[in-house]
Amino acid sequence: MKEARWRSPFLIAYLVFALLPIYWMVNMSFRTNEDILSSFSVFPKHFTWANYAVILTDPAWYSGYVNSLIYVAINMVISVTVALPAAYAFSRYRFLGDRHVFFWLLTNRMTPPAIFLLPFFQLYSTVGLMDTHLAVALAHLVFNVPLAVWILEGFMSGIPREIDETAYIDGYTFPRFFLTIFLPLIKAGIGVTAFFCFMFSWVELLLARTLTSVDAKPIVATMTRTVSASGMDWAVLAAAGVLTIVPGAIVIWFIRHYIAKGFAMGRV
Amino acid sequence: MIKPVNQKAWWLVLPVILCVAFSAILPLMTVVNYSVQDIISPERRVFVGTEWFVAVLRDEELHGAMLRQFGYSLAVLVVEVPLGILLALAMPVDGWRASATLVLVALSLLIPWNVVGTIWQIFGRSDIGLLGAVLEALGTEYSYTGNPTHAWLTVLAMDVWHWTPLVALLCYAGLRAIPEAFYQAARIDGASRLAVFRYIQLPKLRGVLMIAVLLRFMDSFMIYTEPFVLTGGGPGNATTFLSQYLTQKAVGQFDLGPAAAFSLIYFLIILLFCFVLYNWMQRVGTSGTSAAGEQGAR
Repeated sequence: MKEARWRSPFLIAYLVFALLPIYWMVNMSFRTNEDILSSFSVFPKHFTWANYAVILTDPAWYSGYVNSLIYVAINMVISVTVALPAAYAFSRYRFLGDRHVFFWLLTNRMTPPAIFLLPFFQLYSTVGLMDTHLAVALAHLVFNVPLAVWILEGFMSGIPREIDETAYIDGYTFPRFFLTIFLPLIKAGIGVTAFFCFMFSWVELLLARTLTSVDAKPIVATMTRTVSASGMDWAVLAAAGVLTIVPGAIVIWFIRHYIAKGFAMGRV
Repeated sequence: MIKPVNQKAWWLVLPVILCVAFSAILPLMTVVNYSVQDIISPERRVFVGTEWFVAVLRDEELHGAMLRQFGYSLAVLVVEVPLGILLALAMPVDGWRASATLVLVALSLLIPWNVVGTIWQIFGRSDIGLLGAVLEALGTEYSYTGNPTHAWLTVLAMDVWHWTPLVALLCYAGLRAIPEAFYQAARIDGASRLAVFRYIQLPKLRGVLMIAVLLRFMDSFMIYTEPFVLTGGGPGNATTFLSQYLTQKAVGQFDLGPAAAFSLIYFLIILLFCFVLYNWMQRVGTSGTSAAGEQGAR
């Protein structure tokens, strides 16, 4: 297709808008609190690594990243694995109550999480999962599984059904067809789904904080310690914020090909 | 295209239902249970029927919060959906530029929500923040803590900054999933760029756009952390949205009954609007647009 002229200027303008607040956070993370609050400066004048040192030398801080990564990974794997066959069923077949179930799934994302805190606490205490990575991973399934099913269904519906039918005529069994032909076709969708599951689980604060205390305490909860009686520790919070972007950026770097090359590059 | 009926497809859906039901049904029942009782202490509860629902619906402050909420969610959709589509169309298709753009665009999504609010709190200050300083230099008396309009616009700008990538990434992946044959057919027909967008890209994006619109609607309707950290709901109550009002009730005043009734009403409103949006977008997609899209592609 022809290159449209508006594209590059628009993209650059957007990226500037998107990156300025992030730059400001990076800028803050290399300054001291007094410096941040007393003067306006586009570059850190008194450059310091102290804020990162605070985080990387204190186990209470860096174990937060490890804990978050563990439950986010568990959650991401479960979400995508259970959502794939379900999304296929929704996109290809009609069955009793299909539309209702499909919509019901999404309704689980529609309740303000604050009100679920107490019931969740009671439920997970009863089954003995409090303060484990599994508890947070399971709790986050409530909003990630419906999301995964919906996104994947959208991508699967975009694949013509003739492909399925041809494969069955060629003698493929369902699992073999699904794994070797169908999944490569919706790589882009799986990439996006995995990223969104990662993202929503990574930034969720309320449930993760409620279900953990010490052993599985996530980084988002650890961050709240920068707010104390003596005031806000802006600099350390900014450094922690910069470090929370890193794992997600790595994830999207790895799945970028799945997003960028979709169907067009597939094997059909 | 009519899908075949196959009841065995239930087996494919069952794992999902088990996963979600484990954490969803019991809590929801607890909330329903609270909403019809007056909880005086953990041991003493009185059944009050619909009393809390009536009280909540008559609450004047709630009506204000509700109106602000609708205005805000509408603004979010009107700005973010077109912007996200444009961004997806503008993003490079391959090469290192595509990879770099993808990563850069996604960055804002990965910042925990409390940090988002904190960063904008500094970013927007006219003495020490870039945004505030620039606006001040341009000659506006910018203050997100003093001026209700500025506060509202700042919260909106923050939301656009934070969440437009969600729409863009979904659409971008949706665009990449369109077979090259569709574009070739359009080229043979000599279709204009606008026609390609209208009759090929837009219909094929229907699925991902529906998810994007519903997600942005329900998440903006439940927005809590970012405005709470940035403005604390002020000045006055200019940026006090529904969930903050709910939290004030549930946590601040320990009114578990009314808070539960409130959240059920809240849930039903979101449910109603999502249902309407969902059905509307399905109808638009399956009748007019996609049929035209199939033709346009041929």
